[in-house]
Amino acid sequence: MSVRHALLALLSAGPKYGFQLRQEFEAGTGDVWPLNVGQVYSTLQRLEHAGDIESEDSAADSPQKSFRITDAGRSELDHWLNTPPDMTSPPRDELVIKILSALHVPEVDVHFVIQVHRRYVVELMQQWTRLKEDEAEFDLTLALVVDAELFRLESVVRWLDSADGRLQRAAASPLEPSTAPVIRRRLAVRR
Amino acid sequence: MSLIELRGISKSYGEKETEVHAIQGISLSVDRGALVAVMGPSGSGKSTLLTIAGSLEEPTSGEVLIDGAALSKMSRNDKARLRRRTIGYVFQDFNLLAGLTALENVALPLELDGLPAKRAQATAMAVLEELGLVDRASHYPDQLSGGERQRVSIARAVVGERHVLLADEPSGALDSLNGEAVMRMILAACKRGAAAIVVTHDANLASWADRVVFLRDGCVVDQTGPPPSPEQLIESAPRP
Repeated sequence: MSVRHALLALLSAGPKYGFQLRQEFEAGTGDVWPLNVGQVYSTLQRLEHAGDIESEDSAADSPQKSFRITDAGRSELDHWLNTPPDMTSPPRDELVIKILSALHVPEVDVHFVIQVHRRYVVELMQQWTRLKEDEAEFDLTLALVVDAELFRLESVVRWLDSADGRLQRAAASPLEPSTAPVIRRRLAVRR
Repeated sequence: MSLIELRGISKSYGEKETEVHAIQGISLSVDRGALVAVMGPSGSGKSTLLTIAGSLEEPTSGEVLIDGAALSKMSRNDKARLRRRTIGYVFQDFNLLAGLTALENVALPLELDGLPAKRAQATAMAVLEELGLVDRASHYPDQLSGGERQRVSIARAVVGERHVLLADEPSGALDSLNGEAVMRMILAACKRGAAAIVVTHDANLASWADRVVFLRDGCVVDQTGPPPSPEQLIESAPRP
């Protein structure tokens, strides 16, 4: 994730000190992603160097140094917010690769492998839901972060369910191997 | 002692070459206060398991005990009484009676059990109040949103002294926040001492349960383990 842009977003509301930015970043992500203070200051240095922020105190190493966003920083933030992340190519997903690999190992029951992963992901989802049950009703940012993680994990379970069903169906009515030449297709979406 | 206990339950339909084994040798117990989710694809036997647990259908073999009492030893009248007083059902399509208001729908099981209408409605109103549905009490089902209908059907399932809650895909076609509200209500009923089984194919719903049991081809193939603490989860979150 982009700490750089998250800090710019916090500074867009007004000038802030480094320690304040760290606190607000952590609170703003439901305390799920802790940030160390060194990371905050090194990112601020890079932003300052790029001209996206400027410090209000000329005393270079003062811990009380506050930062404010520049016009260039605002424009960079606006560009980032409105640019969808690159999702055109399928990610190299380790879980997908494991299931695809399991298909080629003769002594492995792929349905068992699928179930091992399904149980693990559902257990993770139970943990995230418990977090929401305890705290998120009173903390909007945590609820948003937890929901994002739950939907991501749910999509993994849905893929596992679908793979399980497809493989079961394929085993029940195996297709004759095609005699047509194999055409290698590149999985990519046009930009 | 478990409120719901299934011991080696099997159910078959048809005979000889047309015989279908819907569920085979399932054992499952749910203690007071516990919420168990049963996950599995369509045709894995989830709904059959639920109807057998709720005494709506008899198993081909095995035994169901509700609050320690074996269903096989009960008369038809005993079972009907059990269904009226102890077991609450929540269905995907709500099953509310269209000609009755929300309050009348919730009061109906109590009235069928012989409670005078006034007392039944007072008890039903108390449940609606507890579930934040008082302002919908005089609405008919077609005047309620999908989420409200399902919340009313949960109110009907928990009204009175019912403490066995059986839900079949309770979030149905509801959006995710309404589905969450439904699961929060079921969880709250468990915290008040009910035992619940929710069958679903939806991992998001199942994740509200204390334990998730996985069904495949009519058999239990796996279940989740005990959960770690929220602190452990935060510690394991990826760093930015």
